[in-house]
Amino acid sequence: MTPDTTTRTAFWRGARDCGPFLFVAGPFGMLFGVVGTEAGLNIAEVMGFSVVIIAGASQFAALQLMSEQAPTVIVLLSAIAVNLRMAMYSASLAPHVGGAPLWQRALIGYMNVDQTYAVSVLKYEATPQMTLSERVAYFFGTCLPIVPIWYAATLVGALLGQSIPTEWGLEFAVPVTFIAMIAPALRTPAHIAAAGASIILALAFAGLPYNLGLMPAGIGAMIVGAEVERRMGRSFTQPPGAPK
Amino acid sequence: MTGWSAGEIWFIIAALGLATYVIRFSFLGLIGDRALPEWLLRHLRYTPVAILPALVTPLVVWPATADGALSPPHLAGAVAAMGIGYWRKSPIWAVVAGMGAFLVVRAVM
Repeated sequence: MTPDTTTRTAFWRGARDCGPFLFVAGPFGMLFGVVGTEAGLNIAEVMGFSVVIIAGASQFAALQLMSEQAPTVIVLLSAIAVNLRMAMYSASLAPHVGGAPLWQRALIGYMNVDQTYAVSVLKYEATPQMTLSERVAYFFGTCLPIVPIWYAATLVGALLGQSIPTEWGLEFAVPVTFIAMIAPALRTPAHIAAAGASIILALAFAGLPYNLGLMPAGIGAMIVGAEVERRMGRSFTQPPGAPK
Repeated sequence: MTGWSAGEIWFIIAALGLATYVIRFSFLGLIGDRALPEWLLRHLRYTPVAILPALVTPLVVWPATADGALSPPHLAGAVAAMGIGYWRKSPIWAVVAGMGAFLVVRAVM
């Protein structure tokens, strides 16, 4: 196959692998549109949140605090704290797609969200023989069922506004998506140890305000996973280009 | 939105959008394909399984709709999604099982 066909195949494979999350990005985006409109934002402002920020959990966090008339600095800091995990996504993607041209990395940065990141990085680890252009195409493929759907669903939610009952079970859409990403990724004892530590630490730090417990819990769990891997004496998955 | 002018709302959107973009682009932009030390890569491998459970746990244990109490539908949905997702190694079946358990338990309560 020519490089052109293999990248096209990788793109559609990414779109297909990320496809299930369409059923989460859709309802979740719609929910933001509904809740944002009910909170008193106009359609342009609701769309501004989804297009400019494009990070559901922090959008809801900001909206919640704005409704509570929190000071601007608190709104910003707590919503940013929710997104700090994405710095680790960025670092974790760098060994796989860091060799791409700047404009591609700039676009990947914009669309580097939980679902596209998790689906892509798990694929890269499982398939180390992918070429750089296949990896980039695969990432853009994973964005297809997420990014346009996120915009469109927000708009639909904002237009429907208060006519949608919020009793549809949409509140469970967020946790269930994340669990659906985690469970199949628990491939080794080290992954299971990291996830277990993450849950325990999240419960232990739950008292901290503004979601600040997320970072210490996440970093602690990464240390547990890495330490279990080191003690078991082998690298479970060696990313391409990693030093031996 | 009461208490917020259009200017303040757009300031929050722009500031939050810029900060979020800088966070997401950070390492991809600065490091490119320069090699990272092995100890760091070993930690980064666990990023998804370390961060996502910490994000989910409070949403399941203290859901906003339950006013701080444990919610059986949320717990049942989480256990079902985790169990089926781990067993079938499939995100879609995890969502179906989790959503199904959540809705069934909520309906019978």
